[in-house]
Amino acid sequence: MALAPAAPDDDTLTQTGLAPARRGRVLLIACGALAHEILAVKAANGWDHLDLQCLPANLHLWPEKITDAVEAAVRERRDAYDSVFVVYADCGTGGLLQAKCAELGVEMVEGPHCYSFFEGNAAFAAISETEFTAFYLTDFLVRQFDAFVWKPMGLDRHPELRDMLFGNYDKLVYQAQTRDPALEAKARDCAARLGLAYEYRFTGYGDLVPALQRAAAR
Amino acid sequence: MADDEIILSELSDDELVLQMHDDLYDGLKEEIEEGTNILLERGWTPYDVLTKALVAGMKIVGDDFRDGILFVPEVLLSANAMKAGMFILKPLLAETGAPRMGKMVIGTVKGDIHDIGKNLVAMMMEGAGFEVLDLGINNSVDKYLEALEKEQPDILGMSALLTTTMPYMKVVIDTMKEKGMREDYIVLVGGAPLNEEFGRAIGADAYCRDAAVAVETAKTFVARKHNQLNG
Repeated sequence: MALAPAAPDDDTLTQTGLAPARRGRVLLIACGALAHEILAVKAANGWDHLDLQCLPANLHLWPEKITDAVEAAVRERRDAYDSVFVVYADCGTGGLLQAKCAELGVEMVEGPHCYSFFEGNAAFAAISETEFTAFYLTDFLVRQFDAFVWKPMGLDRHPELRDMLFGNYDKLVYQAQTRDPALEAKARDCAARLGLAYEYRFTGYGDLVPALQRAAAR
Repeated sequence: MADDEIILSELSDDELVLQMHDDLYDGLKEEIEEGTNILLERGWTPYDVLTKALVAGMKIVGDDFRDGILFVPEVLLSANAMKAGMFILKPLLAETGAPRMGKMVIGTVKGDIHDIGKNLVAMMMEGAGFEVLDLGINNSVDKYLEALEKEQPDILGMSALLTTTMPYMKVVIDTMKEKGMREDYIVLVGGAPLNEEFGRAIGADAYCRDAAVAVETAKTFVARKHNQLNG
C-alpha cells in the first residue's frame, strides 16, 4: 500500500510532528512514527471524521517527556472536538501515560509499544518469552534508522560501542507494515550494520486497526 | 606531537586529578590508565586514586547525564575509561584493605537483556567500595534467590528497561516474602520506565533513578541496617 498522500515527510514527523487539519469531530493525538499508518487506515476506511495531530516521533528518545506532551496536546485541543483518542501505547512511560489518559478521560491504544500492537498484542505477548533478544524496526524506524538508532546511540561517532549497545541482541526483526522491497533491503542493511541476524515479518497494521475502529465509532 | 598537548606526568597532583576528571568526561581510556599509574607511582593509595580521581570524575559524568548534557554513548565511553582505571586498581585495593561498604547482588530481570544502566550501577557501586556480584541479564527468580542465599549480600539490585519486564521485580520480591527472607535484604530497583511509585508498589526499599542515586541510597540503607544491628 502506498504512503497516504497527506503525510508529511519523515524528518518533519520526527522533529516537528503534524498539526491537525481542524476538520472532523474526533481528534487522534498520535506519535509521529504512526502518521503514515494512521492516514492509510483512515483513507482505506473513509473515516473523514477523524482528524490527526502528531507529536514529534523523536519524543521516543526521551520517553519521560511523552506523558506531559500528550497531556498538553489533549488539554489544548479537546474543546474543539467531540472526543479525543490517544494513539500511543505505553511507550516506555511505565504506566504513567495510561494513568494520565484515565485522569483526562481519554482512551489510548492498548499494549506496551508499537512493536507489540503491530504484531498484535496477544501474539507479541506469546512470543516475548522467547524473542526478547530481538531488536525490532517498523517501516518508520527503518526509514529513520539513522535518526532513531545510529546517531542517538553514537554509532556514527563511536562504532566501537556497537557491541556494548547491541551485543545482547541476536537478531533484528523488521515488522513490515507495507510490502516494500526497498525498505526490506534497507532493513537488511540495518541488521548488518548492527551485526545482527535479519528476519522479515509482515505484520500489516495489526491491532492499530481495531484501535482506530474504536476511535472512529465515536 | 601538538604544542599544546598535556604531558600528564608533568602536572602536579591536583592538576592531574582535575585533568583525569576531564579525560574521564571525554572517555579517554589510555589517558586514564596513564594518570592512574602516575598517581600510584607518586605514592597515592589505590583507594585515593579510585575515589578522588575516578569516582569523583564519574560523578560529574553522571550529573551531566542526569541533566541531559551527556547522552548514553558519551557515558559508555567514560565508563570504559573508568573501567580501565579500575582494572589497574582492583587487585591493589584488595591488597591494601580499602574500606568495604557492603555487598550487592545485581542483575537485569527475566526477559530483559538491557544492561547498560545496570553495568553503570555495578561499576559505581564498586567504585564506592561495595563488593558487587553481577548476575548479568535475564535473571529468573530462582537465580536471584540462589545468589542471595549463596552470597548473603546486604543489597539486592534489580534492573529493567521494558514496561513488559519491570513487573517481574514484584515476582522476585513476593517470592522473597513467601520464603520469609525479604527483610534480610535491602532491595533497590532501577531502570528507565520505573518511578518511585512503582518501587513502593512492588515493595522495594527504594527506586534509584541513576547510578549516583543508587550509590547514595545504598550507603544510607546499609548504614541504617548496621545501626539497627548495633542498636
